[in-house]
Amino acid sequence: MALYEASATQLLSQLESGELTSVEVTQACLDRIREHDGSVGAFLKVMDEKALAKAAEVDRKRKAGEELGVLAGVPVAVKDLLCTEGEVTTCASKMLENFVPPYSSTVIKKLEAADAVIIGKTNMDEFAMGGSTENSALGKTRNPWNTDLVPGGSSGGAAACLAAQMVPLSIGTDTGGSIRQPASFCGVVGLKPTYGRVSRFGLIAFTSSLDQIGPMARTAEDTALFLEAISGHDPQDSTSAAVACPLFSKSVDQPLEGLRIGLVKEHFGEGLDGEVEKAVREAVAVYEKLGAKVVDISLPHNKYGIATYYIIAPSEASSNLARFDGAHYGHRCDEATMLEELQKEAEALEAANDKEGLRKMDTPLIRMYRQSRAEGFGPEVKRRIMLGTYTLSAGYYDAFYLKALKVRRLIREDYDKAFKAVDLIVGPTAPNPAFAAGSKTNDPLAMYLEDLYTVTANLAGIPAMSIPCGMTSGGLPVGLHMQAPALEEDRLLRAAYMFQKETDWHAKTPSL
Amino acid sequence: MSSLTREEVEKVSLLARLRLSEEELSTMTEQMSQIVSYVELLEEVNTDDVEPMAHAVEQHNIFAEDAVHQSLPREAALANAPKRDDECFRVPAVLGD
Repeated sequence: MALYEASATQLLSQLESGELTSVEVTQACLDRIREHDGSVGAFLKVMDEKALAKAAEVDRKRKAGEELGVLAGVPVAVKDLLCTEGEVTTCASKMLENFVPPYSSTVIKKLEAADAVIIGKTNMDEFAMGGSTENSALGKTRNPWNTDLVPGGSSGGAAACLAAQMVPLSIGTDTGGSIRQPASFCGVVGLKPTYGRVSRFGLIAFTSSLDQIGPMARTAEDTALFLEAISGHDPQDSTSAAVACPLFSKSVDQPLEGLRIGLVKEHFGEGLDGEVEKAVREAVAVYEKLGAKVVDISLPHNKYGIATYYIIAPSEASSNLARFDGAHYGHRCDEATMLEELQKEAEALEAANDKEGLRKMDTPLIRMYRQSRAEGFGPEVKRRIMLGTYTLSAGYYDAFYLKALKVRRLIREDYDKAFKAVDLIVGPTAPNPAFAAGSKTNDPLAMYLEDLYTVTANLAGIPAMSIPCGMTSGGLPVGLHMQAPALEEDRLLRAAYMFQKETDWHAKTPSL
Repeated sequence: MSSLTREEVEKVSLLARLRLSEEELSTMTEQMSQIVSYVELLEEVNTDDVEPMAHAVEQHNIFAEDAVHQSLPREAALANAPKRDDECFRVPAVLGD
């Protein structure tokens, strides 16, 4: 087996036994990236030197018998929206193209404490807004299964580097499905933890009440270990859950007895691709064979998930992204050109004796903000800032924002009711397999509907996971979506492992 | 279908501190109208007596201890400034010239 094929768990046991060094593993990943990232485009930045230095340091510590963290010597890729001290952190935006954070996010610190080797920063939709990674201002990521297709988004780079076997572990973030949908499109495992399970300190925020950082990997065991390494209460994030973090990796191989699986009737309706449905139903049959009981359930407010999300997410985004003003950090327009243009506008209005126009003119400071933001943000980000500003503005706040917050509670209550009858809710992760690049870029609403099955978990704050569960006739991966009650990640991981023992979908890899 | 006017979108673009080109204004008006009519789907849900839910986890105030601690050093805070002097962020004149 080539080194790049190994899972993190396999690598760790070989590192511990001394069969391998972290430098060898890291170099194998770097070689793989060099060879294939030209066609995949998963990385915005590869940190060769730093990674090799860290690997050598871990090898030295291991040899000296010093204490090591749980991911000691294992390469990890990080989505480029986690502030990393001293390393450019871009959010795939021109706005932050040259931004060097003065501190590191908690997750980066935890990875460092776990002695993981951070190998690079992955591409994403700008500010994590999108479902295809086509909104990145800094480059295209392609699906390793077929480079004419998108990898999904917004964690497209994070999923693609796993599928292309460039790294065994990869950090993603999920606001409405951004870990799970690309995991499904790329045939890898992705877990969105319970809201608050992983600290968001140092994450460049998009929708604070929905964003969650989570692990992406190729197996259930790796996902369990990885989640363990990044979870935990953080006093620097006031929304972080003050609960103990279970040792997920110790329980992952224990099957769930008497498992009750809920199938949501609203998940199998209009818009679901036939081959996706077939793969999901076959996966459910695997669980039945293992003794699980299937229960039909209803989540009546499920169909309002997208509408609720596309009010709440832009509203919070418009507020969070107000900090990008061209004054404190990030892109700023050319001031001389801006002032010259403003002057010309004023002269033209004066010549036309347009008093109203003159009164409404931007002041230099306001124009600096507007021009800097116009140049720094891409179309999807502008669209969401505009929508959020609209739905929060006087006269619309009650009708849109407040209404959405109320429906959000109804969505949560549906789950509370459902989890009285079942242990897990299982269904498709995305309504379709990976789609062609460019096919939905001019239709924002069609792109938004990609999150149909995933957004409600974010709205309710519950953990959810996508695992590979089949393949279309065209050879594209299909993801199985599993949702559990808050703080029950353990249940998701054990169920994923049970499935993985019976099938080999997780072991399929694209030919590059 | 509810639709937004170009004037409304222009007004929102000022509130949002974004400068949109003529072409962007047209596209934005069309796309925002489409999305807003989609989200109006929520009108059919009865939400009488439903408490709004702003957060996934019910939040309560978390008070920080009233103690002096080290803040980000000025140099680090200013390091990414597009324009600065030794101690301040510099911006175009706010009052007068």
